[in-house]
Amino acid sequence: MEERIREVLVQHGRLGVDVAALGDQADLYEAGLTSHSSVNVMLGLEDAFDVEFPERLLRKSTFSSVNSIRLALSELSSS
Amino acid sequence: MTSQAIRREPTIVDVAIAIGADVVAPAAGAVDVEARFPREAFDALAQEGLLSALVPRHLGGRGSSISEVALVTEELARHCSSTAMVFAMHQIQAACLVRHGRTPALLNLTRDLVERQLLLASATTELGIGGDVRTSTCAVERDGPQFRLTKNAPVISYGSHADAIFTTARRDADSQPNDQVLVVCPKESVTLEPTSLWDTLGFRGTCSPGFLLSATGDADLIFEDPYGEMSAHTMLPVSHILWSSVWLGMASAAVDKARRFVRSAARSRPGTTPPGALRLAELMCAFQQFEQSVHGAARQYDEIRDNADALDGMNFAVTMNTLKVGSSMTVVDIVGRAMLIVGISGYREDSEYSLGRLLRDAHGAALMVNNDRILANTAQLLLVAKD
Repeated sequence: MEERIREVLVQHGRLGVDVAALGDQADLYEAGLTSHSSVNVMLGLEDAFDVEFPERLLRKSTFSSVNSIRLALSELSSS
Repeated sequence: MTSQAIRREPTIVDVAIAIGADVVAPAAGAVDVEARFPREAFDALAQEGLLSALVPRHLGGRGSSISEVALVTEELARHCSSTAMVFAMHQIQAACLVRHGRTPALLNLTRDLVERQLLLASATTELGIGGDVRTSTCAVERDGPQFRLTKNAPVISYGSHADAIFTTARRDADSQPNDQVLVVCPKESVTLEPTSLWDTLGFRGTCSPGFLLSATGDADLIFEDPYGEMSAHTMLPVSHILWSSVWLGMASAAVDKARRFVRSAARSRPGTTPPGALRLAELMCAFQQFEQSVHGAARQYDEIRDNADALDGMNFAVTMNTLKVGSSMTVVDIVGRAMLIVGISGYREDSEYSLGRLLRDAHGAALMVNNDRILANTAQLLLVAKD
C-alpha cells in the first residue's frame, strides 16, 4: 500500500523533494504539499484505491504524512 | 438622543456610529481626492480603544466578537470605504495576534496594542509569487535570538502609517515555498523603501504602494503556529468576513442615497409613486440577502472559531471563499442599481446623491485577492468536498 501511496504522491503531490527519500512520518506540507496539490493527491488516491474519502477525513491532517494517508486508507477499506 | 437616555454602556457599534458621523464622514471626500491616510479617524478610534476591541477583557481589551467588529467595520464603510478597509485589515492582524500569539514578545505586543493602540498592517503578497499568498520567496534568517528578513512587497496597505507589519516568509532558507511563518516586524526595526505609488481608481485612502521591506527583531516575534494553519483558522475567514462587511457598508450607503432620492421625489409630487420606487423595492431584495449572508457568515465563524476540526473542514473553506466572491460582485451590482434609481444626480460629482466614489471603490472588491484565483481554489475543493 505504501508504495502506491508514494506513486500517487510522485504523480500528483508536486513536492519540492524526492518522495522516496521521505520517511513515513515526514510532514508532507513541509515537503511542499499545498492545499491545491493535496486535492489532486486525494483524487489520485481515490482512483488508485477505489475508495471515496468521506467529509470527516477531508482534513489537512489526513494528508500530512505517508503514514496518516495509510491509516485513513486502512480505515476506509476495512469499513 | 441625549446622553441621559442611554442607560447601558455604549457598545463598540454605538461608538462607531458616533465616530462615523462626527469624524469619518467629514473627511471622506478629502481622503479620496488627496489619496491620504484617514489620520483623524484612526486617532478617534484609538482614543475609544477600538483598535484593541478583539483583545480579551482579562488582557485589557473589550473581548469583542468578530460579529461585533464586523458591524463596526460596516458602520465606518457607510461613510468612507478606505477608513473601513484600513480598520478591517488592522483587525485581521489583531485577530491573528489574539488567537495565535503565545510567545513572550507577542504577548507584550498584545499589551502594547491595548495600551498604545498600535496600528497593525500586513505584507503577505510578494513580487514573483504570482499573487498566491500561500507561498513565499523570501525567508527568515535567524541570527541567535534575532531574525532578519527582506521582502519585496508589491503592496503594503498603510505601510508608512503602521506601528508593526505582519509579514509572511518561508520558515528558513531551506523551506519549501508554502512552508511559511508569520513574522511581526515592529516599526522601530523596519525600513521601507517605496517601489511604487498608490494612485488608484478607489480605496485611495488605504495608501498601499509597494515597498522593499527590511526588518530585524526578536525571533520571539515569529508566530509558533505554521502560517498555513493561521491562514485557515483565522486570517482567511476573518479577512473575507471583514472585507465583506466593508462592501456591505458601502452597499448600504448606496441604498441609503437611493432611498433618500426616491423619498424626496415622492414629497415633491404627493399622490404619485415616483418611477424609481419600484426599482428601490427590487434593490432592497438584493440588499437584504447581502446583509443576511455577511451577518450569517460572521455568526457562523464566532460559533466555530475554537473548533479546529470545523475550521479545517472543506465546507467551511468553500463557504468563506464563496462569501468573498459573492460579496465583491454584489456590491458592484447594488451600487449600479442605486445609480439607475438616482439617475443623473448620482452621476454628478457635485450632488448630495453622488455615487462616483462608491462606484470606484466597489470595483476594487473583486481584485483584492482576485476572484478568479478564489473561484479556481473553490472549484478544486468542490471536486472532493462532500455535502
